[in-house]
Amino acid sequence: MLILPCPWCGPREETEFACDGEVSSVSVDPATASDGAWADALHNRTNRKGMHREWWCHRRGCRQWFWIERDTATNQLRNSGLPGTES
Amino acid sequence: MRYSIASLLRNALSYHEHWPQAWRSPAPKPRYEVVIIGGGGHGLATAYYLAKNHGITDIAVLEKGWIGGGNTGRNTTGIRSNYLHDASAAFYDYSVRLYEELSRTLNYNIMFSQRGLVSLMHSDAELAQADRLRNALHANGIETDFMTVADLAREIPLLDTSPDARYPVIGAVRQKRAGTARHDAVAWAYARAADGLGVHIIQDCAVRGIRREGDRVTALETTQGNIAAGRVAIAVAGHSSVLAEMAGFRLPIVSYALQAVVSEPLKPMLDTIVGSTAVHVYLTQSDKGELVIGASRDGYPSYAQRGSFGTVEDMMAAGLALFPTLGRVKLLRQWAGIVDVAPDASPIVSKTPVANLYISTGWGTGGFKAIPAGGVVFAHTIALDRPHALNERYGLDRFTSGRLMDENAAAAVRH
Repeated sequence: MLILPCPWCGPREETEFACDGEVSSVSVDPATASDGAWADALHNRTNRKGMHREWWCHRRGCRQWFWIERDTATNQLRNSGLPGTES
Repeated sequence: MRYSIASLLRNALSYHEHWPQAWRSPAPKPRYEVVIIGGGGHGLATAYYLAKNHGITDIAVLEKGWIGGGNTGRNTTGIRSNYLHDASAAFYDYSVRLYEELSRTLNYNIMFSQRGLVSLMHSDAELAQADRLRNALHANGIETDFMTVADLAREIPLLDTSPDARYPVIGAVRQKRAGTARHDAVAWAYARAADGLGVHIIQDCAVRGIRREGDRVTALETTQGNIAAGRVAIAVAGHSSVLAEMAGFRLPIVSYALQAVVSEPLKPMLDTIVGSTAVHVYLTQSDKGELVIGASRDGYPSYAQRGSFGTVEDMMAAGLALFPTLGRVKLLRQWAGIVDVAPDASPIVSKTPVANLYISTGWGTGGFKAIPAGGVVFAHTIALDRPHALNERYGLDRFTSGRLMDENAAAAVRH
């Protein structure tokens, strides 16, 4: 069971949260992007084995979105922060 | 050596001390025509069908652990073909038909047992959806039958079919040809058969890097030295993105932990596979008597081969809602495999942006049932540099064209 750091509620059990996947490094304008660039942004993931940034929402709590850095191989947590500071 | 009643008797007389090894453990050669990364069911089946159907025998299968130690030995052994879309139904039913002959084809008892799969329904909406699925399956020649509550009470007596059950059951759809097989035996059978055709199976050999020249792969850097390759095939399930990154491209894949548990051995009590999508659990009983139980994948990307306790707790709650009588049964083991989930829950058996590199991935929570057919079509794709008729819809190009094939419902396990 992960214990995740909600920015408002402090450390809480994973079952209160929902994960929304990795923070995307790709940003494109759908109006002008080629099919390939759009498909890459929409579907492709880095899916890193190791430390990455990912979105979580305290869905069964205060409903705040935030990001954390987590090692996907060891589940070790590092930093976290509010939306706007993820990149 | 061919396995038979005669070889069994002969070896019984010598106290089973002289059985030959099922496959060799050669040191890797400097170069192979085809190198397959991943010695799970899919990698080994692909090697076997490359040799058998396409006459390519200069093949190495590289396995970072040992044969049967990855997802092939971690799944819950279900085999079925009740998929909604035409292309999926054709593919998975071909796989079931290959499984029906597999013990004979490979001269290895994979213990395929067509004990049927019963999918429970709990609401009118599910019944309506079941009608649609049954009609689609019927149109594709895959027969299912509808079971009433009385049928269920008669055939699965321990299932709680009473109207005051926690989640009352109002009917079920059964695919009788579905079943289970001994999972690691499938890997062993393909390993032995591929070895018999000249394939090198190299265990304890992890790939650390992929060397490219222009748009071609030239060699693999492995823990047993560099191995040059004419063509390279990736069949590594949850680690697909890691290998793709070595080759310089990204995939529409997210890796998750999928857990399963087995109970202590019980007397025979369940002679079919029972699952419920709404309550979300499925159970079967192994030949050793253990109940094999599976449910959802974990909720976040993971490469750790263990999962969260919350997932197991939900799985147990769902199992007990269907079978309250199991309340005192103890669990023996819990484990997780890392599964490769595509956005549309359909597999990817495809060419890649690298000319002589091919990939089989996206099998998600259901790769075991697909091993024989997956091996046939992946071997075809590698040998002829174009897809087989059964994997034309499984290309990476579908994510650019938008022609996805959403099988999230038929996947039966929540993705």
